[in-house]
Amino acid sequence: MNWTSILIATVSASIGPLAVANILAAQGLNIHYGYAGLFNFGQAGFMAVGAYGVAITCASSEAGGYGAPLWAGVCVAILAAVVLALLMGLPALRLRGDYLAIVTIATSEIIRLMLRSEAISDFAGGNSGVNGFANDFFAASWFTNGKRFEWGPFSYLGKDLWVMLIGWIVVAVFALVTFFLMRSPWGRVLRSVRENEDAARSLGKNAQAFKLQALVLGGVMGAGGGIMLALFQNLAVPDDYVTRTTFIAYAAVILGGAARVGGPVIGGVIWYTAFQFMLSLTDEAKRNDLLPESLAPNAALLPFVFLGIALMCLVIFRPQGIFGDRKEVELDAR
Amino acid sequence: MLASSASPVGATGPAGLIGIEGRVGVSKPDPIVVADGIVRRFGGVTAVSVDHLEFQRGAITALIGPNGAGKTTFFNLLSCFDQPQEGSWSFNGTPLRGVAPHKVARMGLIRTFQLTKVLSKMTVLENMRLGATGQRGERFFAGFARSLWSRQEQEITGRADELLERFKMHHMREQFAGQMSGGQRKLLEMARALMTSPELVMLDEPMAGVNPALKQSLLGHVKSLRDEGRTVIFVEHDMDMVFDISDWVVVMAEGRVIAEGTPEQIGQNQAVIDAYLGTNHDKELDGDMGNTTPGGPSDE
Repeated sequence: MNWTSILIATVSASIGPLAVANILAAQGLNIHYGYAGLFNFGQAGFMAVGAYGVAITCASSEAGGYGAPLWAGVCVAILAAVVLALLMGLPALRLRGDYLAIVTIATSEIIRLMLRSEAISDFAGGNSGVNGFANDFFAASWFTNGKRFEWGPFSYLGKDLWVMLIGWIVVAVFALVTFFLMRSPWGRVLRSVRENEDAARSLGKNAQAFKLQALVLGGVMGAGGGIMLALFQNLAVPDDYVTRTTFIAYAAVILGGAARVGGPVIGGVIWYTAFQFMLSLTDEAKRNDLLPESLAPNAALLPFVFLGIALMCLVIFRPQGIFGDRKEVELDAR
Repeated sequence: MLASSASPVGATGPAGLIGIEGRVGVSKPDPIVVADGIVRRFGGVTAVSVDHLEFQRGAITALIGPNGAGKTTFFNLLSCFDQPQEGSWSFNGTPLRGVAPHKVARMGLIRTFQLTKVLSKMTVLENMRLGATGQRGERFFAGFARSLWSRQEQEITGRADELLERFKMHHMREQFAGQMSGGQRKLLEMARALMTSPELVMLDEPMAGVNPALKQSLLGHVKSLRDEGRTVIFVEHDMDMVFDISDWVVVMAEGRVIAEGTPEQIGQNQAVIDAYLGTNHDKELDGDMGNTTPGGPSDE
């Protein structure tokens, strides 16, 4: 077992591009679930809309795109997320919490399956998606894209560093937006809607409008995650946006503590640290024939099994997450 | 302040109720809420069917009746949290049919709930601040610019502190509302409703689950609302409270208004006594029967 390589891979992944994309989506979910109490199980749908918004707008016309500049792609992606939030929200927000969960999970799957379908494959590329749209993005890089930058045992490719730099800036911006909004009276009304919609209404607050605004805001953040993921891979494929993507973002929110500005950030870092550690560990173990024969063919799934168990323990023993206040979490919602 | 908005048709407040005949549907000299032909059915059950009812401005009106009489449903209808199949009703002359509940609240009609709805995971002070209407910082983009709303926030906090002081909850200012007892929650809900400076306060069972000591102070607070010129309508099972503080009593049974009048008139109304108070309600004072009187004026 090569423990150093496991450790290096783990630390590198903890703040890497995939972690950043997940954190952005989780920040959006924190608005939905943490502050507004909306059970959005379709964050992957918002990510998909963001990713394909950039991909189709910016890809060359040979690849089925429109060859527009990057800023236009980002605008289209954000606009698409806003439209999706309104489409989903206007009918669905009238529903009670658990029904909203069903509607959102269904919507995100519809989006994914539509993007996969043959019918629009000229446009969305079907199964294999859209690629080669991030050239503008990497051309603007401050680092030499192909070069490997090293700090002691750790190293990143220039292109990854560029994605991480921009990604973490966006994370910081989203965190600031969340911080400023949530300390304002707007955030207070939003939390009151989470606690009890009827009470908010009886005090003259338009609960419906606040929920819709929250859905749009969190959805745009989710689209931000999709955009970063697509740019990093220079590829948008439908199967990056399966429901598991949503649940991993939820894991980050709950790990860090819901309704805390830093929750999804720290939660996301910890999730990717743990995930990469388990991934490298099983990988090394498999390479050294340390895994029992029955498990070896499914080694790739083992990290999910372990993390699932860890998440269960977290919810049971520390339901408030890292930043949460146990007293607050345990207050009854009467 | 509030009395100035009263129409000059007749005497406002409790004074206007003196000498009015205790008859169902009787018109009041200065009504704030008028309901006409309201029918609410749930499937085949008619929960509420009220032909005509007026509530006097500036007075305390009690809405009583046995369980299942439709009092809370009627409350929900008046405050637009529910919509009836038929009928019309107005607040200060503005028809309310089809109006969203939050807009009704902004007009100055604030209601509380039978099951208290404090916002558990927010502090007492946050609960209070939320109550203030017309906050500039509640708009999405204004939320970012503290300078736009910080002065208003200070003013709101000042008002919240005054009310907390008045309701003797100031020491709990920073506690989570979810940590309070049932009675304290009732108080908080009432104080929070006052943050909106309502013209009409509708209280749904303000005394349910409140201990006797707190009851006295709640009674005092309800009376003080009237003294400030506000109108109060409340649903209550506690007959002591009803007869102690109300200026007018409306009795419902099986969805209909079966009687209305001053507490004295209602206390003598045979139909009410039979339908609601129980036939033996006045025998309580007979020494030998004492508190064990069956069918006494208890809650259930």
